[in-house]
Amino acid sequence: MQDRVLQLAGHHVVRFVDYMGQLTLFFVAAFTALFRPPWFFREVIAQMFHLGVKSLPLVAVAAFSVGLVLAMQTVGVLSWFGAANYIATIVGMSMVRELGPVLTALMVVGRAGSGISAELGSMRVTRQIDAMRVSAVNPMKYLVGTRLLACMLVLPLLTGVADILGILGGWVIGVTQVGLTSKYYYQLTLKYITLKDVVPGVLKTVVFGAIIGTVGCFHGYHTTHGTFGVGQSTKAAVVTGSLLVLVSDVFLTRISLLIWP
Amino acid sequence: MTSQPAPTLILPPKGEPLICFQDIYKSYNHQSVLRGVNLEVRCGETLVILGRSGAGKSVLTSMLVGLETPDAGSITLAGVELTGLRTETDWDRLRLQMGYLFQGSALYDFMTVGENVAFPLVHHRRLTHDQIKQIVKEKLALVGLKDVESLEPSALSGGMQRRVALARTLALDPHIIIYDEPTAGLDPITSDGIAHLIQDLQKSLDVTSILVTHDLRTARFVGDRLALLYDGRIVFLGSTQELEDSDNPEVKSFLSPISLTESEGL
Repeated sequence: MQDRVLQLAGHHVVRFVDYMGQLTLFFVAAFTALFRPPWFFREVIAQMFHLGVKSLPLVAVAAFSVGLVLAMQTVGVLSWFGAANYIATIVGMSMVRELGPVLTALMVVGRAGSGISAELGSMRVTRQIDAMRVSAVNPMKYLVGTRLLACMLVLPLLTGVADILGILGGWVIGVTQVGLTSKYYYQLTLKYITLKDVVPGVLKTVVFGAIIGTVGCFHGYHTTHGTFGVGQSTKAAVVTGSLLVLVSDVFLTRISLLIWP
Repeated sequence: MTSQPAPTLILPPKGEPLICFQDIYKSYNHQSVLRGVNLEVRCGETLVILGRSGAGKSVLTSMLVGLETPDAGSITLAGVELTGLRTETDWDRLRLQMGYLFQGSALYDFMTVGENVAFPLVHHRRLTHDQIKQIVKEKLALVGLKDVESLEPSALSGGMQRRVALARTLALDPHIIIYDEPTAGLDPITSDGIAHLIQDLQKSLDVTSILVTHDLRTARFVGDRLALLYDGRIVFLGSTQELEDSDNPEVKSFLSPISLTESEGL
């Protein structure tokens, strides 16, 4: 029985290591392709629009709601200690350091990661990717590289928007429930937030962007079994992308705390 | 924006061997698909590769553009050993001189018809926007289409999609055109239209064509020579008349599948 459990565990570990190895090689191939001509600037801009601008309403609503709820939940506890004023600092710090980046990444995984996977998966099963190769255009560069770069560029920008809207959510509660003035709320938000809080949060979104782009493209690019496979790839991209974002966040947060204690 | 200009293939004189498949083997999951294919394609001819569905016809032609690699054997194209090509860059130099029409058209569905046809030109020719527009118009006219540039591929019928895909295949004026089941899934009248188009293009463009099909009607109409792929090997190579006069049992069973199924009690 024990042997069987160990065997099963070993099998899963090997599969996981193999999968991570394939993802890494895929990322390296796509990323290094970006540094060789021809350059597809227009395609990168187009993808930034598709993946970024079109995700903006979703990210904005999610961030504003989370800021609002965070303030609602926290204000009661802070009142026990007579520190309700610090709602501004807590919401600001939470959004900038953690919630903004992670929330944005999870929203983009759901919207853009699944979209990338479904799009490339459909192109694979209808042989559009083969047609591109036969046209002597490298799909790893034209399709994968451009989407990967777009994700890496767009995530920090979306995170900035999410941070601001989350803070605005907290401001609504600060002004209406705690009775703070807008100016005082603004001052309290900025008083304790430094670059040490903002920079790690923004930098880790670049990594999240790389994860979302790589996982979405990897599953889409390697789709098999027709339309059924497209569904499977999309599901795998969302599940794996979300998990990798959350797990990598643990390590990235630890690293950032070591660098900027 | 544009890649290196590709070296022109040094084509042999008309009628001389251009493409040679020698002892090609290919298997998937321990199941043999090709078991020693030997075939020669002559410069300027239209060779039709016939065979049942799943016989490995498309696998064989995919090897010419690097979408598949043989497990063993040699393929030469105008003296270039294709099995020796290692990088995509090497393949791309050859691909620029070949056109490949996919079975399901494989049009880019995120682009319009015009953008589809323009795609190879945008990436491989230094041309102005107006010049590209003009070439797109010409190529579409060549396949009998007009004023469809702004349409989405999904707005077209199956036959029209095949024509647009053919226009895209012709965009870079290839020396060799590979048609993978060009009439599959089309009604007989539309199939005849596509077959006529292929024959007209062959006359007007002076290219070498390889056509993969299981459709005897199209094969007889467009083919200079016909090859029959059966059980992983080429079992017949000759003219339409020779195919019909052949005593080869595999040829007979392909030409009269009903009698075969009856004799097998299917």
